[in-house]
Amino acid sequence: MQREGDELAREAAEAVARRSYGKLVAFLAARSGDVAGAEDALSDAFAAALRHWPASGVPANPEAWLMVAARRRAIDAAQRRRRLVEATGHVGLLAEELAVRPNEAIPDERLRLMFACAHPSLDAAIRAPLMLQTVLGFDAATIASAFLVAPATMGQRLVRAKIKIREAGIPFRVPETAELGERLDAVLSTIYTIYAEGWSDPLSTDARRRNLAEEGIWLGRLVVSLLPDEPEALGLLALMLHAEARRGARRDADGDYVPLTAQEPTLWDTRLIDEAEALLLQASRLGAIGRYQLEAAVQSAHVVRRRTGRADWPAIERLYDALLTLTGSPVVAINRAVAVAENSGPEAGLAALETLVEDARLVDYQPYWAARAGLLARAGNVDGAEEAYQRAIGLEPDPVVRRFLQRRRAALRCGDEQW
Amino acid sequence: MQYLLMIYSEETAMQNRSEAETGQLLAAYGAYTEAVTKAGILVGSNRLRPVATATTVRVANGKTQVLNGPYAETREQLGGYYLIDVPDLDAALSWAARCPAASHGTMEVRPIWTM
Repeated sequence: MQREGDELAREAAEAVARRSYGKLVAFLAARSGDVAGAEDALSDAFAAALRHWPASGVPANPEAWLMVAARRRAIDAAQRRRRLVEATGHVGLLAEELAVRPNEAIPDERLRLMFACAHPSLDAAIRAPLMLQTVLGFDAATIASAFLVAPATMGQRLVRAKIKIREAGIPFRVPETAELGERLDAVLSTIYTIYAEGWSDPLSTDARRRNLAEEGIWLGRLVVSLLPDEPEALGLLALMLHAEARRGARRDADGDYVPLTAQEPTLWDTRLIDEAEALLLQASRLGAIGRYQLEAAVQSAHVVRRRTGRADWPAIERLYDALLTLTGSPVVAINRAVAVAENSGPEAGLAALETLVEDARLVDYQPYWAARAGLLARAGNVDGAEEAYQRAIGLEPDPVVRRFLQRRRAALRCGDEQW
Repeated sequence: MQYLLMIYSEETAMQNRSEAETGQLLAAYGAYTEAVTKAGILVGSNRLRPVATATTVRVANGKTQVLNGPYAETREQLGGYYLIDVPDLDAALSWAARCPAASHGTMEVRPIWTM
């Protein structure tokens, strides 16, 4: 227990260090336009904070501690080399700030930094890693392992992205109303990518991934606190909280996969669900529907099962209709077909899936084949279901889900009427 | 910061336009150039003659090679540019979006590397 307590204290100290670091990077980069320079100025101080705070406790004003440490280290280094020039630039900015407001909070420019990281002129694949590194101080190796990329490759991509920010003159600002919608969407989808990377490890066995889910939610909360009247920001946070509420129910005692419809509602986190519902309600009052609100509403319609014993399938079908119109996504179309089957029978669901057979993207998409298999089984087409399960099993990377699909396939011939 | 807004469009499509369409397009460019000038951000601007007039030069092993035609055969060709001075990339992008070429071709925006 003692070790667990130490571990918790270490994690808490590390979280504060990361957030203070991100705040200072944002503050410096917003003034200089140079993310890499801001990181360099703070890197030693941040490393010292990660070393000392878990043992000595988090200082009363973490940002001031980091600023003082960064300044002292820069001056030490300059004196060692008898070159005072090095104490200017970003460190000069810190010194100025310390002089102006020694004990006040520094202005929070993280939202501006997030908009820079999610700028459309940056490759979409680098936006989430960039946000994790600059806003939260994760190193390239940690980010690389979460995104399944070689550390050296990830390091190079991050360096290139920061050079582009500086040299192309990507601004650190919250866009004006006319373009805010589109740009905010890029920020939100970057946060959702971070969350989704963490979500793909349901047992939280990989601490790095579990952290990504938590950090995604934290970034979502940050955007909501800084832009409280943006319905889609509220919708995204609600969606992430709904998903997080079900983390504990996604595997049974044996570690086997439990699909949403078979999950035990008492294992869902009521507190998170209630918070998500309140956020969604707040978003709906702002009167502008969007992708994240619709997806969060689907989650709401699923969790009504904790009160009524059955998911609100008619509502789910309507919501997927709206999502399909909005996004045209084949993934949405698959989920919609499953809802159609719940409301109008497996044949109707299969007919809805049929409209997708032409989509080449689905040939290698496991959920398409799993959904198809489930509907064929319910329609009594055992041969077809067997074949579709076989495709799904061959495409699934997670051994736990694969085992689940294999059991479903085996049950087809045993007269198991689960589907 | 200075940015070069490069205008890429299909020359053949331009040449196949009716006189009225061409006139309309030139008028649109005229208005755009005026707006850029009035905003006080224009550093320079020019239109290029078609790629048929292009010649490439390269020196290899001390030997000068002169070739007929553009550097690369592409569907859309560089047809002109605006060099502007604005605070940041977003400002450059919004000016690029207003250029008539953005709706009939593609604008490439590149920061100037000050030497």
